[in-house]
Amino acid sequence: MANKVLEVNNVKKVYGSECPDCLQSTGPEHASNICPSCGSIVALGGVSFDLHANECLGIVGESGSGKSTLVKSLYFDQSVTSGKAWFTDQQGERIDLFAQHAAQQRWLRNNRLGMVYQNPHIGLNFDFTVGGNIAERLLMGGSRNYAKIRSSVQSYLEKVEIPLARMDDMPADFSGGMQQRVQIAKALVTKPSLLFLDEVTTGLDLSVQARILDLILQLRYDLDVAMIVVTHDLGVVRLLADRTIVMKNGQVVEGGLTDQVLHDPQHKYTQRLISSEL
Amino acid sequence: MSYVPIKGGKEAIKQAARMLEILRCSDEENLPLQTKTIKSQLGALHSVVLSEGGLYDEDLVSLAIKQSRGDSLEAAYYLRAYRSTRPRLGTTKVLETSSMRLIRRISSAFKDIPGGQMLGPTTDYIQRLFNFALHDETKQEFDDVVSSWVKQPDSSAAIPDSYPKVMDFLRDEGLLPPFQIRDNEVFDITREPLVHPLPRNAQLALMARADTGGLLALAYSNMRGYGDVHPTIAELRVGYLPVIAKHPVTGEDIEIGEVLITECEVVASHQIDPDSGQVYLSTGYGACFGHNETKAICMAILDRSLDNGRRHGVTHPSEDPEFLLNHIDSIDSMGFAIHYKMPHYVTFESDLDRARETQKQQEKS
Amino acid sequence: MRHSLTQQDHFGFIDEYAKREVRRATLKAICIPGYQVPYSSREMPMGRGFGTGGLQLTLSMIGPTDTLKVIDQGSDESVNAENIKGFVQQVCSGVHVTNKATEASIVQTRHRIPEAPMSEGQILVFQVPYPDSLVVVEASESKRRVMHSEADYAKLWVKLYEDIVRYGEITISHRYPTEIHGGYVIDPSPIPRYDTARLHQSPVIHLFGAGREKKIYAVPPYTDAKPLAFEDHAFRVESFLDQDGEQASCSVCGAKGVYFDEHYTDDGVVQYKCSDTDFCLQNLTNQKNGQ
Repeated sequence: MANKVLEVNNVKKVYGSECPDCLQSTGPEHASNICPSCGSIVALGGVSFDLHANECLGIVGESGSGKSTLVKSLYFDQSVTSGKAWFTDQQGERIDLFAQHAAQQRWLRNNRLGMVYQNPHIGLNFDFTVGGNIAERLLMGGSRNYAKIRSSVQSYLEKVEIPLARMDDMPADFSGGMQQRVQIAKALVTKPSLLFLDEVTTGLDLSVQARILDLILQLRYDLDVAMIVVTHDLGVVRLLADRTIVMKNGQVVEGGLTDQVLHDPQHKYTQRLISSEL
Repeated sequence: MSYVPIKGGKEAIKQAARMLEILRCSDEENLPLQTKTIKSQLGALHSVVLSEGGLYDEDLVSLAIKQSRGDSLEAAYYLRAYRSTRPRLGTTKVLETSSMRLIRRISSAFKDIPGGQMLGPTTDYIQRLFNFALHDETKQEFDDVVSSWVKQPDSSAAIPDSYPKVMDFLRDEGLLPPFQIRDNEVFDITREPLVHPLPRNAQLALMARADTGGLLALAYSNMRGYGDVHPTIAELRVGYLPVIAKHPVTGEDIEIGEVLITECEVVASHQIDPDSGQVYLSTGYGACFGHNETKAICMAILDRSLDNGRRHGVTHPSEDPEFLLNHIDSIDSMGFAIHYKMPHYVTFESDLDRARETQKQQEKS
Repeated sequence: MRHSLTQQDHFGFIDEYAKREVRRATLKAICIPGYQVPYSSREMPMGRGFGTGGLQLTLSMIGPTDTLKVIDQGSDESVNAENIKGFVQQVCSGVHVTNKATEASIVQTRHRIPEAPMSEGQILVFQVPYPDSLVVVEASESKRRVMHSEADYAKLWVKLYEDIVRYGEITISHRYPTEIHGGYVIDPSPIPRYDTARLHQSPVIHLFGAGREKKIYAVPPYTDAKPLAFEDHAFRVESFLDQDGEQASCSVCGAKGVYFDEHYTDDGVVQYKCSDTDFCLQNLTNQKNGQ
């Protein structure tokens, strides 16, 4: 059995005053994630899962299911109300993610984790060149050799199949698909052991989507990295994910091997999701 | 080999100051401007400097205007620098503007307000046409204007001591959130470091002594579409406000004088109060020394726009407290703009070095 | 008379509470090298941008036994230096003024560090227009404060990286970002790179005062000051070469390897003169005396 990279245990995120009824009266069996008693929004209602080294986990659900909140919390873009997430890095150090202070969070984001956002304006700095964006992660990590930084940037641009001649162009001059490739290179250049992909192909042309997914699949086999893929598109998890969990109204409705979940869904919500997709 | 350093700086400064004085005293009539005249006949300018100088001393304001030859930014600067030499001895009580001795009071929200509208001295409805007769106004004509008014039979009924605030009616009706007077320590912007985020009382203080033109530009941007404030002036009042402070020995509240102020309260679109879940009209507050209506209105609009930024996130410059509040002080901005006239030989030499080196690099590649 | 005829009746112009606030901020700045301490910053009788931050530092600590030197662009007699010096003499009776950097207990300066080596116990007060090294990459001060607290200077480094990409050189001429003792990265005020290098392990107390931006920071004596640079693109100071490509010398005193002003002769030839006028005069005097 491979080592666990991430152990997420009973993570909650509630917006509002939170009352004892919140968890019982929201979730997959209820109409929404708004508590009828106190009006709080239960974005995450106690989510738990494990992720193993080199594994790719898919998280599917409709918008409002909490899937994006979940990865954004793990990448410190948002805070959680309660729960634990243990992260084990390449050196075997076990880190309590939600107990880290701001500087530690920043260090982890830089050196151990990677994130690709749906919106490239969040993931990329449009005032810097494409090369500068990727270099920024290396510079944050303390690299101070210009030639070495340039060659690292080049090698990752090659990996995501961006022509080196465009290395010093601005992100705004790139197409949406190319911007996602740059984001992927930026996320991977520090050799993280865990990569988050949040709806990275949403909004792109189908042919561009297919090429980006191929690239991610390829990188999965080339690089030593575990992934969490958040998507509303079952086709994406079918292609990329070893295991998949299904979320609704802030809670997990079921999970298992991707093939199993897609071909033999147990929960009626998953069944509906799949039949509507087919 | 001779040495020619930049000598004579001291003498040059002396002569430049002298030239300014010569300009000030070059008067065809050879009559020195009386500082009393400045307050009475250049009242609008006097009010601007009073408010931007942030120091309520009418005589010093007149002196500053005379000494700076009517440059309002320079004049305000004299007051600010003077204030730096004076320690703070205490703070006043929270002053109730309902107790103002009014010279003007209007509301654009309601036609009839308890106490009535009072147009007072305003340029709002005059036609901006030259009165060429003023060129050669005689002392007699000048005197007649006031004396004929004074000689009029007194038609005014008994004037009440105080006028109720229009905002209070809206508040009583539940259209505005209730509030309490908090007589706690205020943030003194002249004595405490300005580190954002600043409390609202510091924001208001900064705007109260800000540059009128700067406030106007930013408030105008908000009115024109870079923002969402469509204000209604609930009440604009101008008058003399009694200043109450604690007596240092007896501890009793005493009136230590009165200040001329302009106050403006605006109401704008309703919104849900996040604390109570109630729907209220949003509001903005402006007040400054002197008779400066444009400034008070702009301040109220910007107070409301900052509040909007705080509640819903900043989407326009006038909603961003750092952007707004760091760029409206005339002393800071004017000082920095004029400092560019000072020599920058050293830094420009360094710029040249980089430019030449970069040229060389470009030629190589 | 309601107001005293002069405002200058109080030693040091600003009131004692204000002086104490500046001194407290100064002590904090020395204790945390490179950290920008916010202070309220009084208005001075001269324009913001003319050295009001430096002036408040000087006035807060000067006493009747002090000796003051004021320079602007390396010159004791330029208009702004004369103006500040005159003001301090007017409001601080008994204070001595000098042109000699080695004799002064306090040197207030704009854009230069005196050429003559200074020693322990001397204080160098810099006038600062922009106190924050991060302002070139981040406009919001609140965000910059967080970046400083986390030593997050990556954006500044990207700027240097992109300079090399575009121009083959780091193009920052003055106000060169400098890391203080492995911690904060400061804006060392608009001194040239030649002077930035001289902050490192200097025995002098360097105090930086930004009046308009209301910050005080310090580089204490014997502190590391490391201008940001890549391992393979070193920090370089200004180079002054004559027409033959040789190291230039001062057309007045003949000094080499110091910071120069350049000027064009009537024939259009570039000539150099020491930027530090007192240093140049001392050289001339020494030459006359045959030393």
